[in-house]
Amino acid sequence: MDDNSRKKHLLGMKELSREEIMHLLNLATSFKDVLRRDIKKVPTLRGRTVVNLFFEPSTRTRTSFELAAKRLSTDVINFSAPSSSILKGESLLDTALTVEALGADIIIIRHSSSGVPHMLARHLKASVINAGDGTNEHPTQALLDAFTIIEKKQETSGLRVAIIGDIIHSRVAKSNIYCLKKLGADVRLIGPATLLPSCWKEMGVEVFTDMDEGLKGVDVVMMLRLQLERQGKAFFPSTEEYFRQWGLSKRRLLSAKPDAIVMHPGPMNRGIEIASDVADGNNSVILEQVTNGLAVRMAVMYHLEEKKEL
Amino acid sequence: MKKSLLDRKEIDRTLTRMSHEIIEKNKGVEDLCLVGIQRGGVYLAERLAKKIKDSEGADVPVGSLDISFYRDDIRIRLPAVSRTEIPFSVDGKKIILVDDVFFTGRSIRAALDAIMDLGRPDLIQLAVLVDRGHRELPIRADYAGKNIPTSRDERVDVLLEEDGHEDSVVLLSAGEAGNGR
Repeated sequence: MDDNSRKKHLLGMKELSREEIMHLLNLATSFKDVLRRDIKKVPTLRGRTVVNLFFEPSTRTRTSFELAAKRLSTDVINFSAPSSSILKGESLLDTALTVEALGADIIIIRHSSSGVPHMLARHLKASVINAGDGTNEHPTQALLDAFTIIEKKQETSGLRVAIIGDIIHSRVAKSNIYCLKKLGADVRLIGPATLLPSCWKEMGVEVFTDMDEGLKGVDVVMMLRLQLERQGKAFFPSTEEYFRQWGLSKRRLLSAKPDAIVMHPGPMNRGIEIASDVADGNNSVILEQVTNGLAVRMAVMYHLEEKKEL
Repeated sequence: MKKSLLDRKEIDRTLTRMSHEIIEKNKGVEDLCLVGIQRGGVYLAERLAKKIKDSEGADVPVGSLDISFYRDDIRIRLPAVSRTEIPFSVDGKKIILVDDVFFTGRSIRAALDAIMDLGRPDLIQLAVLVDRGHRELPIRADYAGKNIPTSRDERVDVLLEEDGHEDSVVLLSAGEAGNGR
C-alpha cells in the first residue's frame, strides 16, 4: 500500500505515528467541548455521506460511529449483515463498491476476518475506517482509551498500564499495545498463559500470569471482555475459576495504585472478568470511555476528510 | 517586498480609539462581552478589554472562538484547531466579535454560525484591526482600526507580542504571500 492511500484511511494503530495520534487526541478535545454544549452538533461535514458496514454484531461501536457522524452533520446509512452470512471476499467487495457508488465518502467497516479493512482500502476511493477486524485491530477503541487516560492522568509517558484477560483474541489489546507503546507508556499483559500471545517480547511488553503480582503499582487497569464466542476450545476450567484467578475484585484492585483508573471496552461480563462493585466504583472510568469514544470518532472522521486533496 | 503598515504605537492608539468607539456606540459596557477569533483576534480582544477597563473601570468578559468546525471548506488549510473557550452564557449579551484581519468575510460568517450555536445573543458587532477589502459576502465591520487597500494576492500579517513578535502590521507582496490570507 502506498503512503497516499494509507493516509486517507484509519486501518490500525500500527500505521499511525505518535504525532498523528497526538493530533487526533487534540482534535478530540475540541470535539468533546462541542459535546458539552446544548447544541451538540457542528456543520463541519455537511453533505458528506458515511456508511456503517457491520458484518459482526455490535451495538455500542456502531451507535457511537453513527452518532459521531451525525454530530458532524453527515448523512449516515447503516448496513448490517447478520454474522452468520460470512460473505466471500468478492461479494464483500461488491457490497462495498455498491455502497461507494451510492456516494459514500467514509466507509466504516467491522468484520470477523482480520485484514478486511485493508483489502477494502486498496479497492475503494472512499476513506475506510476500521471498526474492528477479527483479532487484528480496533484503532478507535485504542484512541478513546488513550484520550481517557490522558484526561485522567495528564500524560502517558512512563505510566504503568496493565491489560488484563483474553489478550490473544483481543483486537482492543493489540491496538492499545501499539498505541500506548508509541505514547511511551510501560505496558504489561496479565492473564492465563493460554490467553497470552507468544509474541509479547517483540511487542515490548511484560507478561504476568499472577494477577496480584502484575497489578503492583499500576496506574491504569484495563480489563478486557472474555470473548467466549471466539473461544472454540477450553482455555480455562470455568468462568468461576477464571474470576478467582484473573477477575478484578475490590480486594485485588488494592494491589494497584490507590488512584488507578479502571477501564473496560464493554460490553462487560459482570462477575466473570470484573466485579460489579468495581465496574461501578470510584476508580471506574468505563462510562467516560463511552462519551470519549464519540469525541474521538468525530476527530477521526474530521481528520480523514481534512486530508483529502482539493 | 515587505511593507510596514502599523507599528507598535500605532496599533496601541488604534485599539484605544476602537475601545472608545465600542463604549460610545453601546452607551456603556452593560451586557457587553468580547469574543476573539483564534488566534490573533483573541489577543486583540484581551487588549480591548483592558482598555475598556481603563476608561470605564468595569471588567468585560473575554472569550475565544475557534471557527475550524464552521468553515465552508475543511480542505482549505488553516492553522491547527484550537479550543473555543467562552466562560459565560452568550444569551442576551452584546457580543463584540474581534478579528485581526478582515478580508473575504468568510471567517466572520463561520464565527457568526459558531456563536449562534452557543446561544442567542442580543446583538453581535464586529471589530477588526485591519480591513483590507475584497469582501465575498455581505458582511461589514462596526469598528475598523485601519482600512488598507490591498490587491488580492498580497498578504496582511498582524504580528503581536503575545505570539513572540514585535507588535506590527505588515503587507507582504504577491511573491512572498504564498497562499494568501
